[in-house]
Amino acid sequence: MVIVTLIALVAAIVIALLGIVAGSSSLTIPDAVRTLVGAGTPGQELIVIELRLPRVVAGLLVGAALGIAGALTQTFARNPLATPDILGVTSGASLGAVAAIVLAGGSYSVGAGLLSLGLPLVAVLGALASSAIVYGLAWRGGVDSYRLILIGIGATAALGGITSYLIARAKITDATAAAQWLVGSLSGVSWSSVWPVLVCLVVITPIALQQSTNLELTQLGDEVSTSLGVAVQRHRLVVIVCAVVLTAAAVSASGPVEFVAFVAPQIARRLARVGRPPILAAGLVGAIIVTGGDALARGVLPGQVPVGIITAIIGAPYLIWLLTRRKERETL
Amino acid sequence: MSETRTDAAARLTATGTATATGPVPALEARGLTLAYDRSVVFERLDLSIEAGTVTTLIGANGSGKSTLLKAFGRILQPSAGTVRLDGRPVREFATREVARRLAILPQKPLTPSATSVRDLVSRGRHPHQSMLKPWTPRDTEVVDAALAATGLAELAGRDAGSLSGGQLQRAWIALVLAQEAPTILLDEPTTFLDLSHQLDVLELVRSINRERGATVVMVLHDLSLAGRYSDRLVVVGGGRVLADGAPWEVLTPDILRSAFDLEALVVPDPSSGSPLVVPALRPESTSDFRWPSANRPDARGLSTAETPGEVDGTRG
Repeated sequence: MVIVTLIALVAAIVIALLGIVAGSSSLTIPDAVRTLVGAGTPGQELIVIELRLPRVVAGLLVGAALGIAGALTQTFARNPLATPDILGVTSGASLGAVAAIVLAGGSYSVGAGLLSLGLPLVAVLGALASSAIVYGLAWRGGVDSYRLILIGIGATAALGGITSYLIARAKITDATAAAQWLVGSLSGVSWSSVWPVLVCLVVITPIALQQSTNLELTQLGDEVSTSLGVAVQRHRLVVIVCAVVLTAAAVSASGPVEFVAFVAPQIARRLARVGRPPILAAGLVGAIIVTGGDALARGVLPGQVPVGIITAIIGAPYLIWLLTRRKERETL
Repeated sequence: MSETRTDAAARLTATGTATATGPVPALEARGLTLAYDRSVVFERLDLSIEAGTVTTLIGANGSGKSTLLKAFGRILQPSAGTVRLDGRPVREFATREVARRLAILPQKPLTPSATSVRDLVSRGRHPHQSMLKPWTPRDTEVVDAALAATGLAELAGRDAGSLSGGQLQRAWIALVLAQEAPTILLDEPTTFLDLSHQLDVLELVRSINRERGATVVMVLHDLSLAGRYSDRLVVVGGGRVLADGAPWEVLTPDILRSAFDLEALVVPDPSSGSPLVVPALRPESTSDFRWPSANRPDARGLSTAETPGEVDGTRG
């Protein structure tokens, strides 16, 4: 597993360099490396440091955050369909962001107030509020993962409905802006949107790794893990908070990038050939998917294709291929 | 580990919570009320489990045997009352400390994917480890011993998901053994096993008790096996303890009738001398139920549409 993690790390660095050179200007990888160590021309510095680097770094961080969040939720819920989305994070963030875009565009004073907070912050507030509600509704002297998933699905549907309603009655320009945000894109990122994600990752990743043993033990069921000395409910709350914060940070920076939190942990798990998604490797695979997808969109495909579309189009078939290729009987 | 135990013992004598007479019970329920949502299963139950004994909880389906075991194993929080472990309320211990003293094997543990038998059993060592004290050679020794005791040494490298029902159950018991807890709770450890494997499991339980002095509380459905392998039987039903005592005191026709609605003879088991419960032949006319004539299965398993009122010919 260590080898897989190291390979993924190298791959992420290579993809990041490709991401820096991908695009309209004629940069080579040596140029990019030279500029990164401070030996480039002023022109190259502008392109690399100010334009490309924030976007590539944001892609790496967003992908890593989503990958780790996905690994955490899939493991604690013992269900690969349990992405952070089912905790209500993404749908809450989407509703917050769309409400800000749509209502601020209209004559609603509340909307103007929301937008003045900044779109990322509104998205984060929406994410935290909805996941707190989902967790609260799932609480019954403790949180059971099935109950949490079902309530999360219900909440996601309800919030999605409200989001659609807002878009349907919005002005066409606002609706377009909202739809663009909902796809998930790195086109609007700058250094200021990178820092919050970086801080969250630096703080949360060690906590997530520290929960690793408990995550392994809870695979034996709540009762056995209690018997082995895991404080199951406290552990579960810590894991959920980690996943929610990481996802909220990622979504606030880029919008909801589809499929990464679902597919990255599963790819990492299959590459490492282990029973549950490895946390660090899942983060690295997520980083590769998002940065690679964005590089592909800029360097190869015509027009400005948002990364969220690429991740869904490439990530999903890759997972299906992984599933069909392996003959051993294993549950998804 | 021995240090913490003496600590606990010292504190115990200091606070004077132990009863003046007799040793401290391994487990004790005091005024225990257990409920799921609003349906109360036990109300103000008192039950004390003496250290170093094998106690089996028996009772009809839905009588609350497993519920009581879960409360002892702190999986179910009581609505009122306390569970005391080694003389102290279980909630006063740190969760890992409880895990070093008490192990519980539930009815349906989840088998993890892509995990070898050895890895599964090794997880029993978790309560003995910490950041400062990771895996030691002694942990390996204990896991090896647990695998050997359960006859799994040769299957140690196999994927746990590929084991048969009997092998898997032994693997779970090996995990409990590796935990080295002096008090062990087993919820129907013999379910899904054939008779020979049931005996394997119960012999193993007996030897853990005899050789290590472990306290065992289990739930069993087979009354005769319960009688053969237990020092004490506790019959529960209707939210209380219906009978409590040595196997010959508890497995009587009267108690079986009231607790299980079962007419039975109790005779000495020719092989062990323990009480053997032999269900009495039920009279044929106790039920008014008749198969609808068109679908009534006959003795050969064929469906016939013959004359109604024909007497069932399978007995006699």
